[in-house]
Amino acid sequence: MVTNVTNFGRSGLSDWLVQRVSAIILALYSLFIVGYLLLHPGLDYMTWNGLFAQTWMRIFSLLAFVSLAAHAWVGLWTVTTDYLKPTGIRIATQTVIILAIFVFLVWGIQVLWGA
Amino acid sequence: MSKLQVSLYRYNPETDSAPYMEEFQVDTQGRDLMVLDVLHLVKEQDNGLAYRRSCREGVCGSDGMNMNGKNGLACITPLSEVVKKGKLTLRPLPGLPVIRDLVVDMGLFYKQYERIQPYLQNDQPAPAIERLQSPEERDKLDGLYECILCACCSTACPSFWWNPDKFVGPAGLLQAYRFLADSRDEATRERLAELEDPFSVFRCRGIMNCVAVCPKGLNPTRAIGKIREMLLANAT
Repeated sequence: MVTNVTNFGRSGLSDWLVQRVSAIILALYSLFIVGYLLLHPGLDYMTWNGLFAQTWMRIFSLLAFVSLAAHAWVGLWTVTTDYLKPTGIRIATQTVIILAIFVFLVWGIQVLWGA
Repeated sequence: MSKLQVSLYRYNPETDSAPYMEEFQVDTQGRDLMVLDVLHLVKEQDNGLAYRRSCREGVCGSDGMNMNGKNGLACITPLSEVVKKGKLTLRPLPGLPVIRDLVVDMGLFYKQYERIQPYLQNDQPAPAIERLQSPEERDKLDGLYECILCACCSTACPSFWWNPDKFVGPAGLLQAYRFLADSRDEATRERLAELEDPFSVFRCRGIMNCVAVCPKGLNPTRAIGKIREMLLANAT
């Protein structure tokens, strides 16, 4: 069996499943945001702030952020293993990607729950 | 008007430092020849040309090559199907090391085929005559067993180009499913365990180049989908 340690779920099946489920969540979130913007043409800051003050919207947003992080990791891991053949460059790139995803995720949580 | 311009990939590692394209003029006498016949005519002009061929009727799978950008069997591909603007460009199957001219080293392709253990595994004592299948069970093997291992599909697959050592490739996976789907085979669990890593099956991105080029009209992408379904059913 082909082994690996740097992919998301240590199994092609779990990566594949994560990729598809996260894609559905991201599609629903995108449709919701686009729909919300279309239904509120004269959107002001208070309304937008009010939307994100609700717990369900924060949970939905966090779910979308986590999905985006997992989706990006699985996808970019695939790209790096396809195109970056020298091991040093590949591991360095994967490290930068995972750090960036981590920073963006924590930042996103702070935006949702911060003051 | 019956002159066909043939552009051929040439490479002889003993004399050439790099591969190059060589131009030939071939007189087809207006006939709609098969590409393999054109190669014979070129060989009359230059008998140093190397290519593989055997049955010349699409059964042995020896003469897979890239014709005007698309993989196929030279022996069953008529000129009318591939020639554009009076020109035919022939290259070896992409992604495999070239031994000479149109002859490629199929080692990696066979290694992946060997990896999926392409033989029936059954520890029960063999019956006196044969292991029986119902007609329905036998029907499941249609569209799977016909593969002739010409490698047109796997060498048309970018995932196989980038990871030929880890991704089994469409040809190997079609055969993997041929034994997973066989009611007489008992090694289903072991076979699936060998395939669930991120490369062997899951490097397939479903672009269906394999389906587009298969000279036997088979559908490896569908077989790969079935393997995924089996892996999912086995693991959730």
